Amino acid sequence: MNAPARYLIRGAALLGQERADLLIADGVIAGVGPGLTAAGATVIDADGLVALPGLVDLHTHLREPGREDAETVETGTRAAARGGFTAVHAMANSTPVADTAGVVEQVYSLGRRAGWVEVRPVGAVTVGLGGTQLAELGAMADSRAGVRVFSDDGVCVSDPVLMRRALEYVKAFDGVIAQHAQEPRLTEGAQMNEGAVSAVLGLTGWPAVAEESIIARDVLLAHHVQSRLHVCHVSTAGSVEIIRWAKARGIRVTAEVTPHHLLLTDDLVRTYNPVYKVNPPLRTGEDVQALREALADGTIDIVGTDHAPHPSEHKDCEWAQAAMGMTGLETALSVVQHTMINTGLMDWKGFARVTSHTPATIGGLDRQGRPLAEGEAANVTLVDPEARWVVDPDKMATMGRNSPFAGTELPGAVHATFFRGHPTVLDGRLNTPHPTAAEESTWTG
Amino acid sequence: MRHLLSTRDLSRLDAIRILDVAEEMAAVGEREIKKLPTLRGRTVVNLFFEDSTRTRISFEAAAKRLSADVITFAVKGSSVSKGESLKDTAQTLEAMSADAVVIRHWASGAPARLATSDWIDAAVINAGDGMHEHPTQALLDAFTLRRHWAKINGIPSHGSDLSGMAVTIVGDVLHSRVARSNLWLLVTLGATVTLVAPPTLVPVGAEHWPCRITYDLDEALAAGPDAVMMLRLQAERMNAAFFPSTREYSRRWGFDDARLAALDTHGLNDTVIMHPGPMNRGLEISAAAADSSRSTVLAQVRNGVSVRMAALYLLLAGEDQTGPAPALPTPTQENHR
Repeated sequence: MNAPARYLIRGAALLGQERADLLIADGVIAGVGPGLTAAGATVIDADGLVALPGLVDLHTHLREPGREDAETVETGTRAAARGGFTAVHAMANSTPVADTAGVVEQVYSLGRRAGWVEVRPVGAVTVGLGGTQLAELGAMADSRAGVRVFSDDGVCVSDPVLMRRALEYVKAFDGVIAQHAQEPRLTEGAQMNEGAVSAVLGLTGWPAVAEESIIARDVLLAHHVQSRLHVCHVSTAGSVEIIRWAKARGIRVTAEVTPHHLLLTDDLVRTYNPVYKVNPPLRTGEDVQALREALADGTIDIVGTDHAPHPSEHKDCEWAQAAMGMTGLETALSVVQHTMINTGLMDWKGFARVTSHTPATIGGLDRQGRPLAEGEAANVTLVDPEARWVVDPDKMATMGRNSPFAGTELPGAVHATFFRGHPTVLDGRLNTPHPTAAEESTWTG
Repeated sequence: MRHLLSTRDLSRLDAIRILDVAEEMAAVGEREIKKLPTLRGRTVVNLFFEDSTRTRISFEAAAKRLSADVITFAVKGSSVSKGESLKDTAQTLEAMSADAVVIRHWASGAPARLATSDWIDAAVINAGDGMHEHPTQALLDAFTLRRHWAKINGIPSHGSDLSGMAVTIVGDVLHSRVARSNLWLLVTLGATVTLVAPPTLVPVGAEHWPCRITYDLDEALAAGPDAVMMLRLQAERMNAAFFPSTREYSRRWGFDDARLAALDTHGLNDTVIMHPGPMNRGLEISAAAADSSRSTVLAQVRNGVSVRMAALYLLLAGEDQTGPAPALPTPTQENHR
């Protein structure tokens, strides 16, 4: 490398509002304002582009260790960078499960070595996601990985006593339990949303009440023990009502919605194409509308991708045999623009709140999701909101080809992603990972 | 028609065409030589991922009467123990140049997957998929009902439909592909349908279906149906809290001797009793009802072969996809096609 690179971003609309120049140097935003000059800086013409704080995903499946045929930390974080992300939280359902300090440190180190984004491991709540014994949450919190978010995602912490204890215990290190809300008995063998479409298709239903009853229980538990709760991938209008009620009561609950639940409905299952099989399942048009409104009014706090790559043989089969999950990192920005901004429900400032600021706050990342201001870490994404592109899974950086948006034309493209001052994406293409991310010891926020 | 996957997407014209061709096939079955040369040199594969002796031999007989070569491929494995993948099996059959695949699968939508994937080019006939559909069963039921309805009304069944007919379907609707396929087809053909089931065995979402739903079998019988179709109660449902006991189920939703007598009391002299088989005698249907003169159980089996011949014929030999069915050669003529 040459001398530390400096980038002068000219004329970007900051959070889609006033236009200004951004000077990036030494990993931080060194200047913000009109008409900046910087000798020797690489100039990026940002005319027509929107500058955002780098996106932060609270819900990513990177699959490593264990399922490197589906995704690795390297490929998953490349996908994240291309999607405009500068931080991802790697879910714990790897093999082995990330339920010890050793595994979370391994994932953390792999992320550091890859250098595309900040990788923050999520720790499992229970040993092996088994739902019976608390994992060593404190050891994971104290590890180099500094875990703050704990989740058995993929499985619900359904035992109410265990859930209560987990909510209480993580207060010792300001952690948060991210619940995958799915009552297991009500969803045995469940294949899709239970309703008009499942009745016709003869697929076992996943009823909304199985999600809503767990959320209702958990917000009451969180209230009782005065703890913080995060609800993963909210998918129903009824869940929105419960969370709205809980927030009005002052209960400390945050909630997440996936891009796919903001756009797709269970009507797509009529094709029996397993690319539409996901957990929680695609719901109805009324649910989609309620989720959009909840994200706009703050009832739902954040967008989490639930990026879930699978090898092709897990989708190239009968619906009932197929794995649940969809890729999402490289389409999230476009889908949220399409469903929230282009519909007038939200502006780019709101977009930055739900995709960057609030997820960073929930995850406890102090150098992510920050304002675009002088002295802040240079985690910046430049978006071309006028661009349109057709989703082609074969051209993605993720190893997963299971995008439900394949063939769909979407608005908005990532023009550049700066991770700690380094462009991981430039001119809409992957550039290089951060050159010194692996060596620095001071990064952990 | 390229595939036969469901009755829900079958038009009235297509349905009547299949039934009309089945009438001609039935006539073949009454000849001394019950065989047509129509599908000579064509290969029909019976691909069964789920045991079903009845449906398999019915399709086998149908294909053989049309002179097709029949291969039966029974795949071991279930939803629990994964066997060979559907894709690999399909590609194997493609390599063997199968012209039609008759598929029975425990997973809803497996035939649709086969038909819409690029794994295989053959025509696909759904011989029952999970809880989704069993279109040839519905077609043979409609065929049986149409003959009965035409006879009562003194008209030829050829070309007719089920307008004005009232059919009541009783039992485990939730898990029944037979109930679903019959509902769509019977309504398409002009019948009115009533479903009778315990509330636990009515699917959530069925309120959108084009039928009346009631929990009271006696009330449904008093309404004077022209046909009562009893569904088989699967053993695995019996201990899954859908109802307290098989005896209670039988008392409330079984077609017992008292209900058989009630048909007479209601003056329903022409009402028939149907069952797709195999029957649980004494559970969903009493022996007296099953063996009564009202029972169409054996006619259904017989008609099954004719309907499946018609389906195979129309998919494999019916080149004119929209016009009337091509003329059938007699056994003594050379196939004119």
